[in-house]
Amino acid sequence: MFNMIDKVWIIPALMAASFLVILFFGKRWGTRATAGIGIAAVSICLLLSVIVAGNWISRVNHPPTGAALAADVIAANGLTPQTGETIGQEANAATKDSGETVATASQASSTTEATASEHGGEHESVPPVVRTVTWFQIGGMQFEMGTLVDGLAAMMLITVCIISLLVHIYSTEYLHGDVRFTHYYAFLSLFTASMLFYVLSSNTLQMLMGWELVGVCSFGLIGHWWEEKKNTDAALKAFLTNRVGDIGLILGVIITFFAAGGTSFNVLHINEYALSHSANTTLLLVGALCLFGGVTSKSGQFPLHTWLPDAMAGPTPVSALIHAATMVVAGVYLIARLYGVFFSGLAIGSSTFHYVAFIGGFTTIIGGLLAFVQTDLKKVLAYSTISQLGYMVMALGVGAWTAGVFHLFTHAFFKACLFLGAGSVSHACHHTFDMREMGGLRKKMPITHATFLIATLALAGIFPLAGFWSKDEILAGAANGQEHAYTIMLIFGLITAFLTAAYMGRAYWLTFWGEYRGHAKPHESPKVITVPLIILAGCAVAFGFTNFPGNFFGIKLPGGVTTRFEHFVEPTFAFPPLQHAEFTPWLAVVSTILAATGLFFAYQYYEKNRGPHGLTSRNKVAHAGYTFLENKYYLDDLYTGVIAGSTKGPIARAANWFNQNILDGVINGIGFGARKIAGVVYVFGDQLIIDGAVNGSGRGSEGAGQLLRKIQTGKVQQYASILFAGAVVLAGVLVFVV
Amino acid sequence: MFLNQFLLLAAILFCIGVYGVLARKNGVLVLMSIELILNAVNINLVAFGAYWHVNDMANVSGQVFALFVIAVAAAEVGVGLALVLLIYRNRQSIDIDDVDMLKG
Repeated sequence: MFNMIDKVWIIPALMAASFLVILFFGKRWGTRATAGIGIAAVSICLLLSVIVAGNWISRVNHPPTGAALAADVIAANGLTPQTGETIGQEANAATKDSGETVATASQASSTTEATASEHGGEHESVPPVVRTVTWFQIGGMQFEMGTLVDGLAAMMLITVCIISLLVHIYSTEYLHGDVRFTHYYAFLSLFTASMLFYVLSSNTLQMLMGWELVGVCSFGLIGHWWEEKKNTDAALKAFLTNRVGDIGLILGVIITFFAAGGTSFNVLHINEYALSHSANTTLLLVGALCLFGGVTSKSGQFPLHTWLPDAMAGPTPVSALIHAATMVVAGVYLIARLYGVFFSGLAIGSSTFHYVAFIGGFTTIIGGLLAFVQTDLKKVLAYSTISQLGYMVMALGVGAWTAGVFHLFTHAFFKACLFLGAGSVSHACHHTFDMREMGGLRKKMPITHATFLIATLALAGIFPLAGFWSKDEILAGAANGQEHAYTIMLIFGLITAFLTAAYMGRAYWLTFWGEYRGHAKPHESPKVITVPLIILAGCAVAFGFTNFPGNFFGIKLPGGVTTRFEHFVEPTFAFPPLQHAEFTPWLAVVSTILAATGLFFAYQYYEKNRGPHGLTSRNKVAHAGYTFLENKYYLDDLYTGVIAGSTKGPIARAANWFNQNILDGVINGIGFGARKIAGVVYVFGDQLIIDGAVNGSGRGSEGAGQLLRKIQTGKVQQYASILFAGAVVLAGVLVFVV
Repeated sequence: MFLNQFLLLAAILFCIGVYGVLARKNGVLVLMSIELILNAVNINLVAFGAYWHVNDMANVSGQVFALFVIAVAAAEVGVGLALVLLIYRNRQSIDIDDVDMLKG
């Protein structure tokens, strides 16, 4: 297999090229060609991503040694961009500069040599592959742009490419005949390019760029059908809410830059510095909190999650790709990528300050609760996404890095499957997502029903589907991962396990069971829609086994098969020393029982119509709770009514007063002063000095002329005598002086 | 070989020439005086040329230089005499004191 890992920049470049081609020629070449270009580009990207992942796996299995290792360590730290021959010298010179690097490099190489023969021991330190070029230089600082490939990036590449490819295919049918078909595909390509650019970033500035690019694509695609005001409002809301967090991200990027010595934006450099003993933990804490502001908005964490349900106004494939599987996990990816900063800054594993874990745990519960009161199928899934993103953030917050990233990986597939399934249902039911107008679709849409069921069970965490493995890893991490247990997070996680199963059960039974309540004639969707669903359902079944635990109820598979995800994805370079939670049987049993109970309750309540129906209209407390949930905790009212309202009223008046009295005063004062000064300048500067100079030079030349005209007599012999006199003087000078 | 006789002769000729240029009123005489000055220079050139290359008689750079000066002087006197002729036609006089129309 040829080495793609050095040339990984081709992947986002390919998608960007696809974007440009579609943008400029899409209209002219027609919709089939447009979709074809997009699908072809993503397919090639997927192929290349698989090759990259293969390269990475062989790199982990056969880690580089000696000079190659030293060169990689230097490249990873962003010390010197090196070229072929000088690697050795620069390696020596550069390693002298930084003690940390020397330690890591030599340690790494010694470990590698020691464990080269015995396979399957502890992880060797395998530095990521970093390839950079100089972007620009300013003020003695060299800004670089490059790619960073490690297990995490390779995993994200594959995830993004698979889902993007399926969404590209699915959209050919779903958006068939849409007025802005080419526009849609151009944005899909741009989004995929930006997301790939983001996950391959080697420095935080680049991440910031990718982050904003995916935000713009999200904005454009949510507002795809901008003829309806609702959709443009949703797009604006998504964009503006994200701006709030983006300020945090920008501040975080700047703070981490200075926290890491102010020399480099390189991600690994920042991580390594954050984990070294010389790091300033206060600065890192502030930086981590600022970065978490960005995570809060992008990954829909409380209290900035409100944009995500509204973002469902966009086309459903977009919701699947952007608002479920890839873009919203950009925040989770940011934490995972800059884990050194979060680990040191928030002292994960040792402190009692669990900001990230707590916000994640809180989000997971409030998202789960809100999913119950939604009648719109997509909104149920949106709140479910918020809840699951909270799960991932919580996992990272309690130090269960692999569990969080693993959940990101598995969630992407089954949630994309659910969204695309919802799209398929809506495609059949006159483009409605209202579950009150569905029901009984399992007979009419068997394939959609089967895939939706698999994805629902996977999301609920039923053995042996993907969600089961990742969710239990998170719970195990919260229970006994680090130095002490995170009891609150564990309770949050268990409650959410129950809630998830219950609300997904509700959505499932309302949609697919009972009598059909709508007015359309539902029918199974064509193959273009069902095949992606089947593939995603297959992923939801299979991908859980990529991290099969080492000891599963006494079943011990050989070491070369278990915890492969952890083995290949978890960084071993510039990464904090985490303790890995073992598979915990009692937790798995408890969470599965909880999920089963949730499904059972949902079945009883929504299918069999048992239980306290009408409770919300009879009981005051229940009614208040229902209203509270239906109004989404009044967060939107807080934002638009209180915050934006107060901004509009008093602040606008204050701004007006300030404008009238102070700004106008300043401007009038400046004008008056300028006139006075101009008068003075006119009299003294212009009239006296400048005109004086002009007139003076005129008079001077006239006077000189009057004097000199006396010499010009017109008599040739006089001229000649002056000439001779001059010659005599010149001769005298030459003879006597020189 | 003595150099000073030639230099003395050239200096006398030069002085006569300068006197003629500055003092004579007749335009033709002024031109002739200029010729005297040029010839004084020619004598110097030939004398120095012969003096410095006394052991190398094939080197005639001084004489060649003098030939150039004679050629240029012929051209100059041609122009000068044409001017004098035109002045005479216009003014019936060749007194160069009368020709002072460029007086400032």
